[in-house]
Amino acid sequence: MNWVLVMPIAVPFATAVIVYLARNYPAGRWISLAGSVLSLIASAALMVAVLREGVVAAQMSNWDAPFGITLVSDYLSAVMVVITAITGLATAIYALGEVPEETERLGFYALFQVLIAGVTGAFLTGDLFNLYVWFEVMLIASFSLLVIGGGKERLDAGIKYVALNLVSTLVFLSGIGLLYGVTGTLNMADLRGAVAASDNQGLITVIAMMFMVGFGVKAAMFPLFFWLPASYHTPYFAISAVFAGLLTKVGVYALMRMFTLVFVGDVGFTHEILIWASLLTMFTGVIGAAAQMDFRKILSFHIISQIGYMTLGLALYTPLALMGGVFYLVHHIIVKANLFFVAGLAKQYAGSTDLNRLGGLYKSAPLLAALFIIPAFSLAGFPPLSGFWAKYLIVKAAIELDMWFVTFVSLLVGLLTIYSMTKIWGYAFWKPHPEGYDPTPDRAPARVTATMITPIAGLAAMTIIIGFFPEPFVQFAQTAAMQLLEPTDYVTTVLGVQP
Amino acid sequence: METLAALIIGVLTAASVYLMLARTFMRFLFGLILLSNAVNLTIFASGRMTKGHPALVPYGADAPLVAVGNALPQALVLTAIVIGFGLLAFALALAFETFRRTGTIETDELRFAEPKEDTQQ
Repeated sequence: MNWVLVMPIAVPFATAVIVYLARNYPAGRWISLAGSVLSLIASAALMVAVLREGVVAAQMSNWDAPFGITLVSDYLSAVMVVITAITGLATAIYALGEVPEETERLGFYALFQVLIAGVTGAFLTGDLFNLYVWFEVMLIASFSLLVIGGGKERLDAGIKYVALNLVSTLVFLSGIGLLYGVTGTLNMADLRGAVAASDNQGLITVIAMMFMVGFGVKAAMFPLFFWLPASYHTPYFAISAVFAGLLTKVGVYALMRMFTLVFVGDVGFTHEILIWASLLTMFTGVIGAAAQMDFRKILSFHIISQIGYMTLGLALYTPLALMGGVFYLVHHIIVKANLFFVAGLAKQYAGSTDLNRLGGLYKSAPLLAALFIIPAFSLAGFPPLSGFWAKYLIVKAAIELDMWFVTFVSLLVGLLTIYSMTKIWGYAFWKPHPEGYDPTPDRAPARVTATMITPIAGLAAMTIIIGFFPEPFVQFAQTAAMQLLEPTDYVTTVLGVQP
Repeated sequence: METLAALIIGVLTAASVYLMLARTFMRFLFGLILLSNAVNLTIFASGRMTKGHPALVPYGADAPLVAVGNALPQALVLTAIVIGFGLLAFALALAFETFRRTGTIETDELRFAEPKEDTQQ
């Protein structure tokens, strides 16, 4: 049983080591690809185990919880691990076409695999301090990937990204220290009981807020999101895509985990703050996007806006809302990574990501145009694509609570999202190219185009599948939400006893 | 003992916030170093500071014979120091490289990723 939980982390780490040793040879990139395929298999095995047993847990080195490090996976963790592996594989394929050989020699694929390992570890750990360690693994890999390849823009973006993320990490770490001081344990399942039993609930709420700030920076929530639009438009497109898809979601996942499992003593206070923060996140994100004229900057602001929906699902704190939040999380990773992939290919074809210097893609690259439409309209919430169901669940949850203002803002933000997407569509695809030439796919070698369009098509197909057959996914999200709201299974599986 | 630690943590945090508000990235980094030390001390202090003995069990015994100090925070702090060291080393290298390439690490002048005319559209 141990191995099922360990493999999704161990495979990318092992791949990273081998790829680093082979970084000077062309074989390196293929090893990385093979490693990503193996990761996907390992995460699928985990998913099978979780579907069979509900919650799977393993104690590292047989140190019983709460003393050792626990790896644990419920439905939410399992689906996040699978989606991480899928995004990882898509990126590994895409990078084959995009990343130049000099960058490969610097150890690009090794860092990338470490990033995937860090993200997976964060989803699987059941120990708070271990979560911090996974965050750091993820951070150091993402710092390097952000600035790899050099250039003034990347260094500038790197400074802002590094600075704000380090501060958030320290806030998170001091939260851990204080929580340990109050409860004497760091095992998340054990913390649930310990926090509820604590006679110092005021201090617990203060600590909860420190966690909210720490994870809020990672998740790019209002007003802590400034590092994201400052940096996400500079690295390689493959890296932008994997950052956009996965990194902020680790913050959202951590919020969901901590604010359903541990900090539930004062829901009226903490989750109320989350509601307002979510609404402001949604709104400022989408307004920021409306003001931008760069493909990737628009998409970056939309990450922020969409993060608001996910945290709103958590903040409303009903089964339906959480279910919507989980569904949203999965749908958004696929769609957003895909949009960044499309942006990269648009640049390959037409030479820029600035919308004023783009155009004519609809005429010369109709396949890419069709593949842009799918994730873009899914993001905006058009039926029958996956985003429609995600938004539908959240909005329905808000209506059921009679929260009309929340409902109004959710729908308004959806409308403004369409505005941005049609802006990209109009400028990049419909209008003629301003410099008067047809952006042709021939500008890039056929091999490059093929490797870059494969993951785009794959992810678009997933969006359509989720959109047309939402039933199993919705049911899965429902079980995940029930497990979050009623984590008895989680706690007993980790601690091994009836509490 | 905890009071003293709390005061030190407070002073370190105050100094670090002051440094981090500066416009030079180097000062920000120095602030970050202080803050990371303040956080490490917080973890150390939250394990309770007692006059205990090392957490060692004598040969042949099942449990320690005397009151022992809490070993866990020390392990946590050690991990945090190592990780913090790595991250700060990276941040310093980044600052150096940025200065070498762009000739500045004043945050007001670092506008390469988000040029000014960009915001006026």
